[in-house]
Amino acid sequence: MNVANSEPTASATADTKSIRHYLSANLRQYGLLLALIAVMVFFQIVTDGTLLRAINVTNLLLQNSYIIIMALGMLIVIVAGHIDLSVGSVMGFVGALAAVLIVNYDINIYLAAAICLATGAAIGAAQGYWVAYWRIPSFIVTLAGMLVFRGLSLWLLEGQSVGPFPREFQIIATGFLPDIFPAGIGTSLAAFFDVRQINTLAVASGVVAAALIVWMGVRTRALNQSYGMNEEPQSIFVARTFIVAAALVFVTYKLAQFRGLPNVLLTMGVLTVIYAFLTQSTVIGRRIYALGGNVKAAKLSGIKTERLTFLAFMNMGFLAAAAGLVFAARLNTATPKAGFALELDVIAAVFIGGASMSGGVGTIIGAVVGAFLMGVLNNGMSIMGIGIDFQQMIKGLVLLAAVIFDVYNKNKQG
Amino acid sequence: MSPLLEMRDITKTFPGVKALDHVNLEVSKGEIHAVVGENGAGKSTLMKVLSGVYPHGQYEGEIIYDGQPARFRDIRDSEDHGIIIIHQELALVPQLSIAENIFLGNERAKHGIINWHETNRRTEDLLAKVGLAEAPTTKVDGIGVGKQQLVEIAKALSKDVKLLILDEPTAALQENDSRKLLDLMLELKTQGVTSIIISHKLGEVRYVADTVTVIRDGSTVSKLNAKTGFSEDDIVRDMVGRDMTHRFPQHKRSPGKMMLEVENWNVWHPEHTERQVIKNAAFNVRAGEVVGIAGLMGSGRTELAMSIFGQSYGRRISGSVKLDGTAIDVSTVDRAIAAGISYVTEDRKSLGLVLDETIQFNTTLANLEAVSSGSILKKNEETKVAEKYREALAIRTPSVFQKTVNLSGGNQQKVVLAKWLFTEPEVLILDEPTRGIDVGAKYEIYTIINELADQGKAVVMISSEMPELLGMCDRIYVMNEGVLVGELSAAEASQERIMSLIVNE
Ligand SMILES: Nc1ncnc2c1ncn2[C@@H]1O[C@H](COP(=O)(O)OP(=O)(O)OP(=O)(O)O)[C@@H](O)[C@H]1O
Ligand SMILES: [Mg+2]
Repeated sequence: MNVANSEPTASATADTKSIRHYLSANLRQYGLLLALIAVMVFFQIVTDGTLLRAINVTNLLLQNSYIIIMALGMLIVIVAGHIDLSVGSVMGFVGALAAVLIVNYDINIYLAAAICLATGAAIGAAQGYWVAYWRIPSFIVTLAGMLVFRGLSLWLLEGQSVGPFPREFQIIATGFLPDIFPAGIGTSLAAFFDVRQINTLAVASGVVAAALIVWMGVRTRALNQSYGMNEEPQSIFVARTFIVAAALVFVTYKLAQFRGLPNVLLTMGVLTVIYAFLTQSTVIGRRIYALGGNVKAAKLSGIKTERLTFLAFMNMGFLAAAAGLVFAARLNTATPKAGFALELDVIAAVFIGGASMSGGVGTIIGAVVGAFLMGVLNNGMSIMGIGIDFQQMIKGLVLLAAVIFDVYNKNKQG
Repeated sequence: MSPLLEMRDITKTFPGVKALDHVNLEVSKGEIHAVVGENGAGKSTLMKVLSGVYPHGQYEGEIIYDGQPARFRDIRDSEDHGIIIIHQELALVPQLSIAENIFLGNERAKHGIINWHETNRRTEDLLAKVGLAEAPTTKVDGIGVGKQQLVEIAKALSKDVKLLILDEPTAALQENDSRKLLDLMLELKTQGVTSIIISHKLGEVRYVADTVTVIRDGSTVSKLNAKTGFSEDDIVRDMVGRDMTHRFPQHKRSPGKMMLEVENWNVWHPEHTERQVIKNAAFNVRAGEVVGIAGLMGSGRTELAMSIFGQSYGRRISGSVKLDGTAIDVSTVDRAIAAGISYVTEDRKSLGLVLDETIQFNTTLANLEAVSSGSILKKNEETKVAEKYREALAIRTPSVFQKTVNLSGGNQQKVVLAKWLFTEPEVLILDEPTRGIDVGAKYEIYTIINELADQGKAVVMISSEMPELLGMCDRIYVMNEGVLVGELSAAEASQERIMSLIVNE
C-alpha cells in the first residue's frame, strides 16, 4: 500500500485531474446542488421568467415550508434506520385540533398552539415507544398511525371543514417580518436598483447570512487544512461558496421586492440551522448516525439506542405538529383531507437529498435541498400548466433517478 | 510444472491508496500456493482482481490463466472458468440449510422446480468429500464456524473447481478445526485442485504450502519454495522487512492489588431459556496483570465477557462484579463503561465498527464525552485523538477520514482496539484481539497490552491461539461448556495442560 501523493502538484493537468477525481468522489452532494440549479434555470426559461418573479419566489417558500419542516424530522428518523409514514396524517390531525380548539372553543391561540405541539410530540412518542422498546417495525407502527390519525381528524372535524382562523393565527404562515430599517433606506435602494420597492431587512439579512456562510466556510477550511484534512480543491470550494452565497442574496433580494421576509422563512431557517447543528456537531447527533449505521456496534459502545429511537420519533411528531399549524394557518381552514399523501413528498425529499434507506447516511442540508428541488418541480410544472397526472409521474421518476444515481455511485466507488 | 496462473504487473488504485503496485504472482498447476503479507499489504485486493470482483478495466496488468489471457467481467465469469474464491468473511445464508446454501444460485432444478432428492443426494456426496458429518437439511446457523467453512468448500467443489482461493480460512477456527481444513486442502491437491491460501498463521502456511509469495506494501518481495526449504522466520523477515527475533515482547510484569473480581456468575441463553450458558463462574484479575481465558469454540468465553459487559448477552444474569473491592453496577453497557470496563468484540464487522463511517468516527464513538463540551463535539479534538491512536497503533491509512469499510481486516481490528483504548478503562477485556492480524502488528498489539498492564490496568484476554495465551498471560483460566474448569499460572501452563483440563471435564 502506498499513500498517494497529496502534496499540491504544480502542473495544471494534475490539478484538473484531482479536481475531476474529487468531484467524481463527491458527485452526490454537488450533483444535487447542480440539479437544483439546472431545474431552476430550465423552468425560468420555459416559464418566461415567471419562476423567479418576486411573488413566485415568496410563494415557493410558503408552499414548501411545511414539507421542509417535516423533512428535518424525517431525515433524523431515516438516518436512525426507520421511517415514519404517519406524518401527513398527524399534520392534518393537528391542524384539525387547532381549528376545533381555536374556532369552535375560542381558546387563546398561543395556548392552542402549545397544546397542538404537545399533542404532536405525544403522538410521536407513542409511536416511538412501540418501535423503540417493543421492536415493532416502524413501517407497521406508522402505517397504523397513518390510518388512525386520518380517521381521528375526520372524526374531530365531523367530516367538515372548520375555519376561518383569527388574524393573529394566520400570521404564522402568511405574515411577513416588519422592516425594522427606516423607510428612507428602502426607497433609495429601490431607486438605485430601479425597482418598485425594496425591503431593507430582507436584503440586509440576505447579505449578512451570505457573509456568515463565507466566513464559516473559510474558517472551517483553514481549520481542516491545519489538521491536514484538506480534500476539497480550492477552486471547487470557491465556486461552491460563491454559488450558495449568491443564491442567498438573490433570493432575499427577490423577496425584498415583494413583501419582505415571510415569518415561516424565519422559522424554517432557524429550524434548519438548529437541526443541521444538532446532527453534525452534537453528541446526540453523532449517536443517531452510529445507531443507524450499525445498531449492534452502537449498543456495545454504550449508546442507549432505544431511547434515541424513541426521541427521534417524538421529535418527528413535534415537527409534524409544527407543520400542521403552518399548513392550517396558510389555508386558513382545517379540512379532513389536509396533509393527505404528504408523507410521500417528505420521504421523497429526504431520499433525493441523499439519505440511505438502510440508515446511517444523510444530511439536513441535503434533505432541505431535496425538498426545494421537489418544490421547484411542483411549482414550475404548475406554472407551465402541466396536469397533476404528469406532475406525479415526473416527481416519481425524479425520485427514482436520484436513488439510482446513489446506488450507481456507490457501486462505482466499490 | 506448468503455471496454471500468472498475474503480471498488477496495479490497482483506490482513491488515495495504491493497493497493488506491479504485483506478480505465478501459481503452478496442482500446488498449494500461499500469499502472505502484513495487514493492508494487498492480499485480498489481489484475489479480488483475480476473481473478477474488480473486473477487467478496473486494474492494470495482465492475467494469464490456463495459458490464455483472462479478462473476467465479474465473479460469475471467473467461476465459469473454475476459479472459486472463499472470502475473508463467509457468505452463507444462515437461515437456509446446508444443501440450499451449497446449491444457491446453482439449483438442481428442472423447469424452475427444484429437485430436492438430487440436491440432498449430491450434498451428501460433497459433505462426505469434505469430511463433514451433518445432514444436508441442517440449518447453517446451527453449526459452528469451522463447519461453515467446510460447507463453503463443499459449495466450491460443487462448481467444478480448478483454482480454489481461500482468504484467511482459518482465522476464526480452533486449532483442530484448522488442521482438518488444511488436511482437506492437501487431499484436494492429490485430486488435482490448485489452491491459493492467504493466512497470517505461518505455521499453517509451512504445513500446507508448496510455494509462498510474500507481498509487502503492494509489491511482491519474494517467492519461497518448499523444495528449497524455508522457515517461518524467513517468511516473517520478508513480510516485515527485518528480522524479528521474538514473537512476543520480552517483559516482566508485577501484578498489584486486586482489580476485577467476578463471583457466582450465572447466565442463561437468551432464547433457549432453560439452557444455562455460564455456570457459577468466578475469576479475578489484578492490576497490572494479564489473564487469559482458554477454551474451545462455543465454550462460553465470549458469552461470559459479554454478559459482564452491560448484560450484552443472555438472560437471568446473576452474580457479583467487584472493581477495586467495591461492587459495581454493570447492568447496562454505559454503566459498565462508566465503571471502567471495556470489551473489545471478537466480531469487528458486525459488532465493532460502523463500517460506513470514518476511522475518526469509530475511534471516539464509545467516549464522545471526552471530545465534547456541553454535548457539542469538538471536531478538532476528535481528529487529534484519532491521529494519536493511528500513530500509536500504526493503523495504515492515508487519513483518519477514511471509511473503515475500506480498511484491510487487520487495520479494522486496530480501529476497534483504538476505540476501546480511548475509553481509558481500568479493566480491558480483549476477545480474540489478534484475529486476522499479521505478525508484526500482533507484536505491536502485545506491546500495547504490556504498556496497559504497566499502567496498572487489568487485562483479560480471550484467545483461541494457545501460543498467544502462553506467551502473554500471567495466569490462564480454562473454560469448558460454560464452566471455568481450571486455573494455571504462567509457569505451569502448557498446551497439553490446557487441553487435558478441557478434555477431562
Ligand atoms: N474499496 C477500497 N477503497 C479504498 N481503499 C481500499 C479498498 N479496499 C482496500 N483498500 C486498501 O487497500 C489496501 C490493501 O487492502 P487488502 O484488503 O487487500 O489488504 P490485505 O493484505 O488483505 O490485509 P489483511 O491481512 O488485513 O486482510 C489497504 O490499505 C486498504 O485500506
Ligand atoms: Mg485481507
